[in-house]
Amino acid sequence: MSQDTHHDESHGTVKSYLVGFVLSVILTAIPFYMVMGGDYSKITTIWTIVTLAIIQIWVHLKYFLHLNFITEDGRANSFSFLFSALIIVMVVGLSVWIIYESNAMMMHF
Amino acid sequence: MSTLSADLASTNVDAASTHDDHHDHHDTSGDTVFGFWLYLMTDCLLFASFFATYAVLFMNTAGGVSGKDIFELDFVAVETAALLLSSITFGFAMIAAQGQKKALTLIWLLVTFCLGAVFIGMEIYEFHHLIVNGHGPQHSAFLSSFFALVGLHGLHVTAGLIWMTIMMIEVARRGLGKATVTRLSCLSLFWHFLDIVWICVFTVVYLMGAM
Repeated sequence: MSQDTHHDESHGTVKSYLVGFVLSVILTAIPFYMVMGGDYSKITTIWTIVTLAIIQIWVHLKYFLHLNFITEDGRANSFSFLFSALIIVMVVGLSVWIIYESNAMMMHF
Repeated sequence: MSTLSADLASTNVDAASTHDDHHDHHDTSGDTVFGFWLYLMTDCLLFASFFATYAVLFMNTAGGVSGKDIFELDFVAVETAALLLSSITFGFAMIAAQGQKKALTLIWLLVTFCLGAVFIGMEIYEFHHLIVNGHGPQHSAFLSSFFALVGLHGLHVTAGLIWMTIMMIEVARRGLGKATVTRLSCLSLFWHFLDIVWICVFTVVYLMGAM
């Protein structure tokens, strides 16, 4: 691995920051527009804004935080992030699931 | 057995430190940045628990206001724009720092600082506005969890601003040495990480709350 490629991967260039920024602006503007002015059903809106948020997180990780699976450092960072993401999905997802289910049971029985 | 392994460990430490002494420019900056990244991952978990708390409690408004009544999306859109712009200006500061351009680094750091200060100023205004209108954190579980989650993010941004001030002084006084650039890289991770958390905040709290 030559020094130059390593630097490009881990620090980014003006171009990569600009690409990330433009994508982020688009991915932020759409959900704000949908909720503020758009006339869409609640379910469509929720699914769209959640999907766009996940895409935007990926854009930030790739273009601003330079996560990658190419360099050794990048792999270490990426795998530790994936592990945290798993824990987060479990903490948030399971908490919400348990509480909403128990809430539903209290209402119906 | 434990004495033996302790001895072995201390021998290893000695060996490692002599090794480092012999090679002054042995590069540990990658380890420092990776260690800081691991700290950020634990910080993620802290935010995740605050998000879980908010998701569980946000419907419990105790007969008071809900998100629909208090969130002003135009205001949040401006806050989001300030934070997003500050992410790219910090990116430019890092590129300038890697190119050893001291004046340019300082200018971009100052721009980033101002954008971060605009964000925090707006958030303090929002919190103050809510509290004087009788919607303080003590009024319902929804408001408590809202203030806790958004306040935690605000505290992180404030810490980032203090850190950024210190880094500007360091860059101005000592220039862009290797250690300074490593510290700037850690701050850059911190700052971009806070922007990612804000994506989750505006999506889950403000946009979903205002629907």
